Amino acid sequence: MNPARHVHNKQRFPFHILVFLAPAVIIYTLFMTYPLVDSLRLSLYTSDQYGNETFIGLDNYRKLMTDPLWEPRLKGAILNNIEFFAIHMFVQNPIGLLLAALLSSPFIRGRAIYRTLIFTPTVLSVVLIGFIWSIILSPLWGISGDFLTSIGLEQYAKKPWLGLESTALPTLSLVSVWQWVGIPMMLFLAALIAIPDELIEAARVDGATAWGVFWRIKFPLILPTVGIVGVLTFVGNFNAFDLIYTTQKVNAGPNFSTDILGTFFYRTFFGQQLQPGNPTMGATIAGVMFLIILAGVLLYMFGWQRRVAQVEL
Amino acid sequence: MLSLSSLSHRLRPAHSLQLLGAHAILLVYTALALFPIVLVLINSFKTRRAVFKTPYALPNSETWSTIGYETVFKRANFPDYFLNSLIVTVSALILILIAGTMAAWALAEYRFPGNNIMGLYLALGIMIPIRLGTVSILRLVVDVGLIDTLWALILVYTASGLPLAIFVLTNFMKQVPRDLKDAARVDGASEYRIYRMILPLVRPAIGTVMVFNMIPIWNDLWFPLILAPSERNKTVTLGAQTFLGQYIIDWNAVLASLTLAAIPVVILYIVFSRQLIRGLTAGAVK
Amino acid sequence: MRKFAALLVILALVVAFAPTVSQTQAQGKVKLVIESWRNDDTVLWEDVIIPAFNAHYPDIEVTFVAPPPAEYNAALNAKLEGGTAGDLITCRPFDLSLDLFNKGYLLSLNDLPGIEHFGDVARSAWITDDGSDVFCVPMASVIHGFMYNVDIFEELALEVPETEAEFFEALQTIKDAGYIPLAMGTHDLWEAATMGYQNIGPTYWKGEEGRLGLINGTVGYNEDGFLEAFKVLARWAPFLPDGYQATTYSDAQNLFTVLEEAAIYPTGSWEIGVFGLMNPDLNMSAFKPPVVNEGDTCYISDHVDIAMGVNAASPHKEEALKFLEWMTTQEFAQIYSDALPGFFSLSDHELTLENPVAQEFISWRGQCETTIRSSYQILSRGEPNNENDLWLYSAEVLNGTLSPEEAANKVQEGLANWYEPQMNR
Repeated sequence: MNPARHVHNKQRFPFHILVFLAPAVIIYTLFMTYPLVDSLRLSLYTSDQYGNETFIGLDNYRKLMTDPLWEPRLKGAILNNIEFFAIHMFVQNPIGLLLAALLSSPFIRGRAIYRTLIFTPTVLSVVLIGFIWSIILSPLWGISGDFLTSIGLEQYAKKPWLGLESTALPTLSLVSVWQWVGIPMMLFLAALIAIPDELIEAARVDGATAWGVFWRIKFPLILPTVGIVGVLTFVGNFNAFDLIYTTQKVNAGPNFSTDILGTFFYRTFFGQQLQPGNPTMGATIAGVMFLIILAGVLLYMFGWQRRVAQVEL
Repeated sequence: MLSLSSLSHRLRPAHSLQLLGAHAILLVYTALALFPIVLVLINSFKTRRAVFKTPYALPNSETWSTIGYETVFKRANFPDYFLNSLIVTVSALILILIAGTMAAWALAEYRFPGNNIMGLYLALGIMIPIRLGTVSILRLVVDVGLIDTLWALILVYTASGLPLAIFVLTNFMKQVPRDLKDAARVDGASEYRIYRMILPLVRPAIGTVMVFNMIPIWNDLWFPLILAPSERNKTVTLGAQTFLGQYIIDWNAVLASLTLAAIPVVILYIVFSRQLIRGLTAGAVK
Repeated sequence: MRKFAALLVILALVVAFAPTVSQTQAQGKVKLVIESWRNDDTVLWEDVIIPAFNAHYPDIEVTFVAPPPAEYNAALNAKLEGGTAGDLITCRPFDLSLDLFNKGYLLSLNDLPGIEHFGDVARSAWITDDGSDVFCVPMASVIHGFMYNVDIFEELALEVPETEAEFFEALQTIKDAGYIPLAMGTHDLWEAATMGYQNIGPTYWKGEEGRLGLINGTVGYNEDGFLEAFKVLARWAPFLPDGYQATTYSDAQNLFTVLEEAAIYPTGSWEIGVFGLMNPDLNMSAFKPPVVNEGDTCYISDHVDIAMGVNAASPHKEEALKFLEWMTTQEFAQIYSDALPGFFSLSDHELTLENPVAQEFISWRGQCETTIRSSYQILSRGEPNNENDLWLYSAEVLNGTLSPEEAANKVQEGLANWYEPQMNR
């Protein structure tokens, strides 16, 4: 906190502060706060075939969680979303950390080039990534099969990766990891670079190996970043939609095995083929997503951040 | 690991082995990152038969074909899509910067009742994705007559970009030396004038905010699909998505349009990669 | 602060510029927009049909807009609700369009001059339950069947299969020769139901008899012909391409046309025009769904598929109605049939069909009983949606993750969940 703040006359609220705050507060409230609150409100209503809305309390939530038509879809979407998140957490983030650790070494030549190239997929839109990978994985083109054969995994060469319930979601999760690994890499890199050299020197003088230095000195120092990466991954994954929509379409097949909350929401809200959309149930799914994300963020803020704050520099 | 701290270590064989290993990992990963993109690029210049028969070969005089690009230019308005994306992204960034710096200035500079609560309120949006309000945004946008206009997109992106912008900018503005501001106040400068005076001092933060917001706005599919889906308002992401959906059967057109949609972004990225990376790393230490 | 001023100027420019970009409209000319899901036909509308209309009405500019078929309904609903939909709306058959009419999005067309060229069968898909209002001009029906690569058939000395046994024998022969017998995948779900189940099904559930039985509640999806159709469909699995679970609709189209690696393509007549464009050299013909025993009555799905209505909120209703009126003429029917062989006009005009494959398809009308897809009329009004269930479970049957019996039971359960006449079966 900057102690040297300009202290103002406390009797009346200074007009210029209002002027400074107004544009941001108005746009933010109108297009962010209001829609979020209104969506939650809408989830308490139901509408008939002519579009008239009636208040029904928490019935939509009850229906979503108990109705035999809705409950399996909700459960499936949440479980798939957890798997999607877990793969990011335990594949994407460690790879990001490894790459960042390598790139933070001053002795690796061409660090800037590696860094730039590895980050390239991250700047492309998910739509393009989705299409690129769906043609690469398409059995019609056979690229993925050729690749697997060339590294001696012939028995997997003809697997329809996006067509089997057992492989579709892990495959798409890995495609997503491939695209987004640049973000944790950059965040970890920034944190690693910020560690004062003296600390590492001191450990070296004590005879620690590079491995030991990393885990005993560096890693504890970048723990706050680990937390930030974790919570960003969580929010991003529970809000994901584009990749599944692009590759598997709204039905998130096969047999809903790639259905995550984002596609479930979209399909419910807008409908599909002969089934009309259902805005109030859509809002209810959005409400569930809101609660899940909020829970994750609160857990991070009160569970992780507080504890880790003590080791922060 | 490999963060060696003394030059003398570098010459020892163990370390050159370590270096070799590090380069090997980085090279393999770089190849993995670029392979799909390069594959699409080279195949976009081949005949359809060659795409399927010899996918890894570079196009030669026999297999060279630009038929895909011809289809794309004839059937899709990519220049218009780019213009729309540019209008939306630039406008939203400008609004984010103006409204964001003003609000951040108010939060950083003045002590007023509710300062902390206001800061918290505005920061909440960093964590809550705006997509969850889609249902109501659509209704709101219809009610105010902005449906299927670029304005709908600009306002939504501004609202969703503001929280992070304000958060980062507030932290930077708190570090602006006090003497400068006090000197200006002694000279009788208005608060508005002081605000404008400090803007150049937080330029690195403004860069950070720009890059953090630019990529997601440019690449978003969701809101263009919902708020501005008509042909004349399509952004390049939506344009590519619908074109790809329509011509998925025609692989030449698919490969060409993927290349066309990706290449400008990749070129821009390579040109600005330094700023982008500085922005990312600067944002991270906050 | 010059930079800040410059920013403001840029902003002002953008503000002034953005609306003009998005709202520029040609003055004087009326612009009509057609909303459709037939994105494959975009080129033909732009290059053939609309110019023919403009020969009569040069002052009405028409644009054809088509998202991918699977997104059409969602996008259209959002646009209608938002008041941004086009002037002319391509109508899906039965309930989806009825729903639009009930919500007031479509005009009644009872008084449209020329509507009398369409008989009861043609109108049946776009009429209110009580028969009082017609709200779309019927355009075409599509016929299901199988297209085949004549060259491959000749190479293997294969006859066109007439019966179920001959069909599977032919598939085995093709497979043994190293070709893909059936070009179809299950990745996109709908082909399994539409080109699989609804294609061969009418043979087993005896066309209209079975379909009306479902509606009346005298037969269920888990018995008789409806179950048998699932069982026969399941036997297709070994003859689909490698990795068919990840094979998309367009992949299958490419396998059959461009790559010519597949001998048979289970389909509907709507593909004829598209395939001709994709590979003009492809030597293809068609055969109808095989019967169980030689000499049995054959049944085909001759599905009333596509029509056109007027957006009730259109600012140019008069011009839109003129367009529809033109669509009822002999001229339109002939142009449409020529441009899109395989979309068979529902009007009573005498037409000539040039395309031999289209002629083959339409010749079956004289030989077989006709019906429409089982899930389209009434049965997709509730939750779960019957059509969606058929997509899902037909694909599961082909993927081998559900047995035909399990799939049939699930479809039936879904229907019985809300549809009164089926509840006590």
